[in-house]
Amino acid sequence: MSDEKREGAQIQIRDLHKSFGEHKVLRGVDLDIERGKINIIIGGSGQGKSVLMKHLMGLLKPDRGQILVDGEDIVPLDDYALNRVRRKFGMLFQYAALFDSLTVGENVAYPLVEHTKMPKVEVEKRVIEQLASLGLKNVEKKFPAELSGGMRKRVGLARALILKPEILLYDEPTTGLDPVATKNVDDMIRDISKDTGVTSVVISHDMASTFRLADRVSMLYEGKIVVSGTAKEFLRTDNETVRNFVEVSGAVEMPARGAQ
Amino acid sequence: MEEAERKPLSGLAKAERLVDRLWAPLVSLTEVVGVHLQLLGRAGYWLAKPPFRVAVFLESAEFIGVQSLIIVAMVALFVGMVFALQLVSSLRQFGAESFVGATLGLSLTRELAPVFTAIVVAARAGAGMATELGSMRISEQIDALSTMAVNPIQYLVTPRVLAAIIMLPLLAMLFNCVGLAGGYGVAVWYEGVDRGVFLENARWIVDSRDVLQGLIKATVFGCALSTISCCQGFYASGGAKGVGQATTRAVVGSFVTILVLDYFLTDVILIVQSK
Ligand SMILES: Nc1ncnc2c1ncn2[C@@H]1O[C@H](COP(=O)(O)OP(=O)(O)OP(=O)(O)O)[C@@H](O)[C@H]1O
Ligand SMILES: [Mg+2]
Repeated sequence: MSDEKREGAQIQIRDLHKSFGEHKVLRGVDLDIERGKINIIIGGSGQGKSVLMKHLMGLLKPDRGQILVDGEDIVPLDDYALNRVRRKFGMLFQYAALFDSLTVGENVAYPLVEHTKMPKVEVEKRVIEQLASLGLKNVEKKFPAELSGGMRKRVGLARALILKPEILLYDEPTTGLDPVATKNVDDMIRDISKDTGVTSVVISHDMASTFRLADRVSMLYEGKIVVSGTAKEFLRTDNETVRNFVEVSGAVEMPARGAQ
Repeated sequence: MEEAERKPLSGLAKAERLVDRLWAPLVSLTEVVGVHLQLLGRAGYWLAKPPFRVAVFLESAEFIGVQSLIIVAMVALFVGMVFALQLVSSLRQFGAESFVGATLGLSLTRELAPVFTAIVVAARAGAGMATELGSMRISEQIDALSTMAVNPIQYLVTPRVLAAIIMLPLLAMLFNCVGLAGGYGVAVWYEGVDRGVFLENARWIVDSRDVLQGLIKATVFGCALSTISCCQGFYASGGAKGVGQATTRAVVGSFVTILVLDYFLTDVILIVQSK
């Protein structure tokens, strides 16, 4: 990847609208996802963060608006064409979404087997390497049901990483984990971002880790992005809702209003 | 006078309410059928696109076909046997004992084999498919497939529907053979019907068109029950309870659809074959 390509937005969301029946979830979202950075989206429960993330990969179709991935609008694409775009992405689901009929090894190998003609021995080697890099050893033969929640998440991450995607989506990677496991996952996200230069999009509820990790923070509220910027810019906002949301968590200190 | 005016009015209101009450379920029925046909259409569309999921197809064929062999054979055996028993006892009253073989053959090939096979498979494999796809849906495994650039319909639905379409006529053929053997055993050995008459009449009356009629039905039923089961599982929602409901709907929906389709298919096939 050349240096100038590393600058600017990799995903541009323009005026995105989505309703389920009467229920308007997204009401004109505008957001840029910066290339090679950790982009964190925060917002209350049921505000549509997961819905927004599903739009990024074309898992949901918007009622209106554009999603440009590397400049290409993916909204009008059909499933067949979308598969090409989706190969740029890896996604870690909140509960890992591992295939429970396959072993851990087969789960991680799945994208390789699907999309490459790599010989079996090579695949196995890559799988073991990938799992080891996330601190998992001798788990290839186990089934997902035999693992703890934190381990499952790491296996999910291994599966998302194995094809070396350009963009990684994390849906609440730390929800439901204890503080130590949370810290571990945070470190993992940071290390992966640093080591691979991948563009990360993270949905989070956890203010402490948000401001520890984020290059950019955006808040979704009532179907729109209300504030978006670097962590510093974000904390200096005058927006009442945002200040409340962040202050209630007690995890980060907001500078006094109007402070420079 | 007043009464005369009121009566047609209330009649009209009643009619309106009746239309409303009939209309709403009709609309939702149309919607439900639409969703199923759409899924079937997309499964067909993805069949034409590479890659073909051989491994999943074989696994489904094994699950739907091979694993149903014993239960289909059991059902066929006893259906054939009890049918022979009833036929002998009723046809004897008319002195028409010689038609036991023919009647049994006709009923088996045209109706009993396809309908019973489909119902057995719907209860076994249909419920299994709905549960499997349903749990994959609620644990986001289906979304995960999409994120890995694998179309979930192509990967999960197409091979299952195709396997059912291929396996159902084969199972129905097995049903024919075992059912006929069971009926033969009861009629000839237990009830003392003449062996030559039983076979000769069966061979004379039952021809390949009857068998074909049954196999066409079995194929259509296989398509219907697998589409319904996959659809219920694929679009399941609402946690473990939702998966349970999807499974129930898959089985009940398949049963009703099989019997309704059976009537109309029979009508059409009989008209076509009589020409
Ligand atoms: N497939 C769907 N059909 C109907 N409504 C949906 C669907 N998906 C999401 N919704 C609705 O959209 C709203 C936003 O859901 P979403 O899952 O995006 O919230 P969220 O911000 O991710 O919340 P949380 O932090 O709790 O995960 C919710 O009210 C939900 O009920
Ligand atoms: Mg969510």
